[in-house]
Amino acid sequence: MNVLVKAVEQDHMIDAHDHVEIGDYVKVHLKIKEGTRERVQIFEGTVIARKGAGMNETITVRRLSYGVGVERVLPVHSPKIVKIEIVRKGRVRRAKLFYLRDRVGKKARVREKLRPRQ
Amino acid sequence: MSKFMLGRKAGMTQIFDEDGIVIPVTVLECGPLYVVQKKTDETDGYAAVKVGFEDKKRVNRPKQGEFDKAGVTPKCVLREFHTDEAYEPGQEIKVSDMFEVGDQVDVSGVSKGKGYQGSIKRHGFSRGPMSHGSKYHRGPGSRGSSATPGRVMKGKKLPGQMGFERVTVQNLRVVQVDGERNILVIRGAVPGPKGGLLEIKTSTKVRG
Repeated sequence: MNVLVKAVEQDHMIDAHDHVEIGDYVKVHLKIKEGTRERVQIFEGTVIARKGAGMNETITVRRLSYGVGVERVLPVHSPKIVKIEIVRKGRVRRAKLFYLRDRVGKKARVREKLRPRQ
Repeated sequence: MSKFMLGRKAGMTQIFDEDGIVIPVTVLECGPLYVVQKKTDETDGYAAVKVGFEDKKRVNRPKQGEFDKAGVTPKCVLREFHTDEAYEPGQEIKVSDMFEVGDQVDVSGVSKGKGYQGSIKRHGFSRGPMSHGSKYHRGPGSRGSSATPGRVMKGKKLPGQMGFERVTVQNLRVVQVDGERNILVIRGAVPGPKGGLLEIKTSTKVRG
């Protein structure tokens, strides 16, 4: 990519969410505009993919809502994301967890990554 | 006041606006420009400024004389812009001197060449059926009437060279200006390939 394009992207990038990894169970705090009021909504789920580079980078968060799978693709550098809270780190062996879509119940879980012993 | 600038396309990306909505932007490497000559009503019959952009190692002697007179190093690109503003030969013009965020601009450049193209790609004609016994696929169709007028009308859309022509995109908005790094960020797409030369002017929609 051109150095100038990279420089412009650098000006606008928010690098606060680098700690989010594939398989993590997260709470994404999103700014929602209702008329003139602004409030924060939380979207919970498992991070199943991370795509794109630079400004175009997105994460896909999947959750089950009333038995229906819901996936949201969120631009990582969006100013609408207040913060991403990691509830549980996941232990996974691939970069894309699309196999979770075909699973329900206990099978659709991601093993927890345990912190190394002190 | 009409503003102007010369630059090269660096590439496209996307950024978020104040509302958190993604907008497509083009990054341009602009200027600095150096005034080579000032044209006035008295001497030239019109008011304009001749500017140079990007250094060149060697130029022929008549050109060298022109640059020496203005006191600037030889330039690759020379362009004239109509303006009543007082610029002095040798003066440096940066992007930040010209544009500010929110300005509406027209961007002109030479579009990407597509070669010799048929009427479908070039003019958006419809295609015939590709199968079911059809023998008419991507042709231009009828060129006109019979004995009256007995000729093809002027300006009839036919296959030919597509692209590699001067194109102006009007009414684009300036999103970011950086005089230090010579960066101009414009909302939307501009003509030509990356590295293509572009003229940026105040939009005619604003100038009226």
